[in-house]
Amino acid sequence: MSMSQSESRAAERNRDLSLLVAVSLAVLGAALTWLYFIALSAGAAPRLADLAYERLPGTGVSNPVTAVLLNYRAYDTLMELAVLLAALLGIWSLGPAAPGFQRSGAVLAGMVSWVVPLLIVTGGYLLWVGGYAPGGAFQAGALLGAAGVIVRLAGDPRAGLPGEGAQRWLLVLGVLVFTLVGLGLMAFGAGFLTYPPKFAKWLILLIEMAATVAIGVALAAAYVGGRPPGPEAQPTAEDEDALTAAETPTPDPTPALRPQP
Amino acid sequence: MLTAQFLYGAAGLMLFVLGLWSFLVHEPLLRKIIALNITGAGVFHVFIAIAYRGDTAPPDPVPHALVLTGIVVAVSATALALMLGARLQDAEEEDQSR
Repeated sequence: MSMSQSESRAAERNRDLSLLVAVSLAVLGAALTWLYFIALSAGAAPRLADLAYERLPGTGVSNPVTAVLLNYRAYDTLMELAVLLAALLGIWSLGPAAPGFQRSGAVLAGMVSWVVPLLIVTGGYLLWVGGYAPGGAFQAGALLGAAGVIVRLAGDPRAGLPGEGAQRWLLVLGVLVFTLVGLGLMAFGAGFLTYPPKFAKWLILLIEMAATVAIGVALAAAYVGGRPPGPEAQPTAEDEDALTAAETPTPDPTPALRPQP
Repeated sequence: MLTAQFLYGAAGLMLFVLGLWSFLVHEPLLRKIIALNITGAGVFHVFIAIAYRGDTAPPDPVPHALVLTGIVVAVSATALALMLGARLQDAEEEDQSR
């Protein structure tokens, strides 16, 4: 009796609390919107954009966003790659990955064999085009990661990635090449990640290629969600039997989406 | 056009506040993770709106670069949070079955 009373009191308090949260957040939202409106009406203050465009010819690329990412704020991008690596190390330290999904049927497998190469080629294109138009390492890496997600959904427990040892190298490739280029420039007398304009384009391209691979592998490995399964995790004969069973006249409508038991 | 810029940024602020509300009010971890992602999407919206410098000038590349890396970092942080959540749930189930 007293138990249920205290429970109902707690529920009441919770309701009051969520009402309080809602009201204060509404006030916060209104205040932020008002501030934003004031800031917009005040007109443009001096900003970094003018400086960024002014110095663009010396950066080795003509896409200002790539110049910001790989030249002006290269430190920042290096640290972001390190964050990506740290997140993946966290995921791996939490244990092995789930076994994955059942191997896909003929139609899905056919689609995957078309879409995945297309994604990889598009990723390479975006990487190259990032020098002078929207594109770059992060977009290309995201496409590679998406290709890994598709391969994993189609039944590959490792999302098309190599074994754990090779994956480790691919994952640190971004940070490694970035740091080595920075240190190499220091050795030649320039500052850390201060590219001489003559070589800037090629150094940026080199870093971006390594970063693309690292980002793509990190995203796909994050989707696998755990230490990569070893070679013994390839679909066993039992799974193949289950697949043939699914291909009999009354197949499951979505065999590829059902996790393995 | 200033109106479009204001509406885009204000929508971002609304997403930010809605995500924050959902994060504070709802108990399940998965809902909190989704709410944090919505909060982040709101921040990205505001950044993109701020980058706009009128129809004649090209947009400010600095906020664009920040959003670009922010998206990838947000995705990886979400993956880590989901994994931690799954492990937490496993541990709770083990405790209950004991």
